[in-house]
Amino acid sequence: MAVVETRKLTKVFKQGELGAVNEVDLIIREGEFLVFLGPSGSGKTTLLRMISGLEHPTSGEILIGGKVVNDLTPRERRIAMVFQSYALYPHLSVYNNIVFPLKAQKVPKNLHKEKVEWAASLLGISGLLQRKPRELSGGERQRVALARAIVREPAVFLLDEPLSNLDAKLRLSAREELERFHRRVGTTTIYVTHDQVEAMAMGDRIMVLNKGVVRQLGTPKEVYDDPADTFVATFLGSPPMNLIEYGDITIGFRPEHFRLAEDVKETDKVPFKFRVENVEYLGAEFILSGLLVGGKADGKKVIARLLLGHSYEVGVTYDFAVPQQQLKYFDTATQKKVPARAIAWQ
Amino acid sequence: MAVGTAKIKSAGAAQSPMLGIAMFSPAVLYIVLLIGAPFCMAIFYAFSDARIGSNQLHFVGLENFRSILQSPSFRQAIKNSVIFTICAQIIVLVCSNILSIALEKPFRGRGFVRFLILLPWVAPVSLGTIGWKWILDSIYSVITWLLIWLGFVNRFTPPMWLGEEKLAMASVILVHCWRLIPFSTVILLAGRTAIPKEIPEAASIDGAGFWRTLFQINLPMMVPILSVAVLFGTIFTFTDMTVVYILTNGGPYDSTQTLPNLAFSQGIQGSDLAAGAAISVFLVPVLILIAYGMLRVAHRAEVN
Repeated sequence: MAVVETRKLTKVFKQGELGAVNEVDLIIREGEFLVFLGPSGSGKTTLLRMISGLEHPTSGEILIGGKVVNDLTPRERRIAMVFQSYALYPHLSVYNNIVFPLKAQKVPKNLHKEKVEWAASLLGISGLLQRKPRELSGGERQRVALARAIVREPAVFLLDEPLSNLDAKLRLSAREELERFHRRVGTTTIYVTHDQVEAMAMGDRIMVLNKGVVRQLGTPKEVYDDPADTFVATFLGSPPMNLIEYGDITIGFRPEHFRLAEDVKETDKVPFKFRVENVEYLGAEFILSGLLVGGKADGKKVIARLLLGHSYEVGVTYDFAVPQQQLKYFDTATQKKVPARAIAWQ
Repeated sequence: MAVGTAKIKSAGAAQSPMLGIAMFSPAVLYIVLLIGAPFCMAIFYAFSDARIGSNQLHFVGLENFRSILQSPSFRQAIKNSVIFTICAQIIVLVCSNILSIALEKPFRGRGFVRFLILLPWVAPVSLGTIGWKWILDSIYSVITWLLIWLGFVNRFTPPMWLGEEKLAMASVILVHCWRLIPFSTVILLAGRTAIPKEIPEAASIDGAGFWRTLFQINLPMMVPILSVAVLFGTIFTFTDMTVVYILTNGGPYDSTQTLPNLAFSQGIQGSDLAAGAAISVFLVPVLILIAYGMLRVAHRAEVN
């Protein structure tokens, strides 16, 4: 199985404009599930389309299996792609959709039936082969798209927001199915999404992109616990990380680490006075938003995410605290992560 | 609140029938007076012995149809109408497909090229055809001149574009194509842009080349709109008399005679209104069947 690599990969759509993708260096390991995560317009889909061969890079190189594939057509790259809209062929039955890549790649005819049945059973759609795409539910369409992608046994799988057309309930089960599917086939997979929960749940590694630039590449734990800059810090996590400016340094802490002082077991902690302005009860937890009171951070808006146990009143000021080790430090000017340092809180 | 809405609704309902009638009555009048009435008269005349200048009118049953079916001119005209229509449709479909593919992707001056391609459709048929009559003229033909200059034909025996049977048929087909290609191209262009762009992209990722994508993906997805283009093209060609009337008037020796032109020459120029009516009514059932078939194809493809 091939490893995908990009070297200084750049795409500029209009000359003189900022690139949609700027000098992306990336090495994807064999069998890995890599997620491109970013808001819309971050260049994640453009990057994927360059790897697929649908888009030609302005500069830089793409390697698949150690070979430069810049000038190869999509069919020569041995990749498979699942589109956001699934792009099933509406006039063809499910069987003919799945067999299409085999026909197009001149796989001997006597193998077609066997391969289609293998792919269909892998995705549990053996009973749907005679249907037309319009007769399928969203989840079934997605499985047909996956079957059409897997049937040619590609070197790399490219998935472009495959879950975003499903409703919330279906999305969760489809996500689990995708994870199971990846574990079973073990094909190197690149998955594009703007949904940080999907990225955290599925990715072996996550590459966070913004405005065509790679902000951070790491495991879900690394990007969540140790964000490289304030963009990554606020893009991952819901509600996002609290950021408080102290002159040239910006302090960040996650809402779930901002708790009643008496609940913070760590001895090394930073106390805050927190006036609650709004309480959202979400069943399993509270989301409190309010203002810090006193000290240098007076009047800064923060959010806390708390387990049930206490009750909180709007307008009341509580003693809250953050464990020292959960504080993140960023340079206010560059927004980049900096080493921890002592802060005069008062 | 509910009462208020109900009141407004009833006021609207009281107004709208009159307004509605006023809005669509011009269209109804137009259809009834200029299409419906002549059509009914034609059916009526087809079963009578009406002649120009005669005030006698008798019902003669199917006599007119029997007599036109025996006429060699009529049989030749039916054959020609079918040949012209089918040949023109095939050529038009191929050419407009190529044009629509070429015009789909943006390039410098695409708007201007699209405008040029649409011009034949905008120009009046008769003017365009008169232009072609000159282009194909036996003495002044620019095509002949060009072919002589290139050394393809002998200057002493130049081709008679409108005077030899085979060439005259080819010329009529050519002019029909020239007239229909713009319309067909615009329709196919619309059909092509209506295909979501991920679908041909998925096909290219699946390994399909240009031809496979064209014949197995794009064209099948365009069936509804293709059948509309073919339906309109068929009816335009079948019922058109301008091109033949101006270019050849059916000649030489009826070799390019078509039903509309025959109906005109027998019914109006030959004063035999009843025969003309019978000729022109003859194909209505056929055309209705063709239209019905095409619309069914379009509908089925759309549902899929």
